[in-house]
Amino acid sequence: MDFTLKIWRQKNAKAKGKFATYKINGISDSSSFLEMLDVVNEQQVIKGEDPIVFDHDCREGICGACSLYINGRPHGPDDAVTTCQLHMRKFKDGDTIVIEPWRSKAFPVIRDLMVDRQAFDKIIQAGGFISVNTGGIPDANAILIPKENADSSMDAAACIGCGACVAACKNASAMLFVAAKVSHLALLPQGKAEATRRVQAMVAKMDELGFGNCTNTGACEAECPKEISIDNIARMNREYLGAKIGAQKDKVSGGGF
Amino acid sequence: MALAGLFLITFLVVHLAINLLLLSNDDGAAFKVAVEFMTTNPLVKIMEIFLMGGFAIHIVIGVFIQIQNWLARPVRYKVAGYSHLSFFSKYMIHTGAIIFIFLCIHFTNFYFVKLGLVSPPAGVEKEDFYQMANSLFADRFYAVLYVVLMIFLGFHLHHAFQSAFQTLGLNHTKYTPFIKAAGTIYSVVVPLGFASIPLFFIFTK
Ligand code: SF4
Ligand code: FES
Repeated sequence: MDFTLKIWRQKNAKAKGKFATYKINGISDSSSFLEMLDVVNEQQVIKGEDPIVFDHDCREGICGACSLYINGRPHGPDDAVTTCQLHMRKFKDGDTIVIEPWRSKAFPVIRDLMVDRQAFDKIIQAGGFISVNTGGIPDANAILIPKENADSSMDAAACIGCGACVAACKNASAMLFVAAKVSHLALLPQGKAEATRRVQAMVAKMDELGFGNCTNTGACEAECPKEISIDNIARMNREYLGAKIGAQKDKVSGGGF
Repeated sequence: MALAGLFLITFLVVHLAINLLLLSNDDGAAFKVAVEFMTTNPLVKIMEIFLMGGFAIHIVIGVFIQIQNWLARPVRYKVAGYSHLSFFSKYMIHTGAIIFIFLCIHFTNFYFVKLGLVSPPAGVEKEDFYQMANSLFADRFYAVLYVVLMIFLGFHLHHAFQSAFQTLGLNHTKYTPFIKAAGTIYSVVVPLGFASIPLFFIFTK
């Protein structure tokens, strides 16, 4: 298959970027989108030009590193896949494909198609964890968890932190990501202990980092490679309002853990 | 945002109920009684302050949030927005702005006239909303404008209703489908109800 690619090129975070056009021929229809870019990069190297920089790691849809905004959609034209899982047969022979980095104030471009997603790490550091001391392995059935909750929690935990939700949202809001991270812990007894503190801390961090506000447009849910539902956003809103209204004032701890 | 919005949504029902009295064939007698009640009852007077507050909060926060959201993406996409999303949700600020402009006209026509800030048109008493509505809708251009505005109001409400519940975290496997259906019905019936009055004037007078 032959393609014309219009790719965002930007030397570094400060430089002004622009689109460059590349022609690529003889791509197999069963090659992945990233493999196609590998071929382009080989061409670049042979020509003695700078290869195109893009994020990738596992190439099997589980790490969340790949992040390309392809023809107006994060992770391209297929549903529920990451860019690395996208096949070239989803395009027509001779197509022009426009490839852009995620666009968000909170995700500055590092180079070409690679953006800095540390903002997500900062949100997790703010509260996306449970504090447990190490010890013996607890008995699996010691804590009863309703099956529905375990399932919903697992669904939310499928979020790989790719940032497609931010990229898709017209407001560049990170609500789906944060909601997934809040939800998967809030649904389980182990996460309940710190639930009120967690949701407030994570939402505050998200706002501080310059993500937009959620207006419930639903683009995130449509583009999420892991099909995280916006029901999680409602759950987070519920948790957040409940915490804001109901949580006790912080107490000075008496020490210990 | 959501709370103020839901408050305005309930207000619209009251407003519509009174307006529909204009359709009764009694030279506005029932309407006048209702207007009399709404303009003199002390409880309604207190609600009026809340209502103004509701509008102010909804508009100010709405604009503020929108500005933040624009700033959240300083560099735009070249090819933007192929994602599936609820259509009207994309244009809330735009439909909101249109409604705001109408609200200004609406205020100059009624509320400010009542307060005596604006003088009523010739032949209309300052407290006589029935005559006022009559004279306004007699102007075909205004009547059509009113109907068109109601269409935009419907667009705004279509997204607003269920969105407010989502924002408040009121989401439930059993009730959310019902809320969505109620929102769709509301966003059609209420604007249609309002629009029926100028349409009635256009076709009967
Ligand atoms: S919610 Fe979905 S789109 Fe957003 S970061 Fe997680 S996996 Fe990616
Ligand atoms: S490279 Fe790991 S998800 Fe695509």
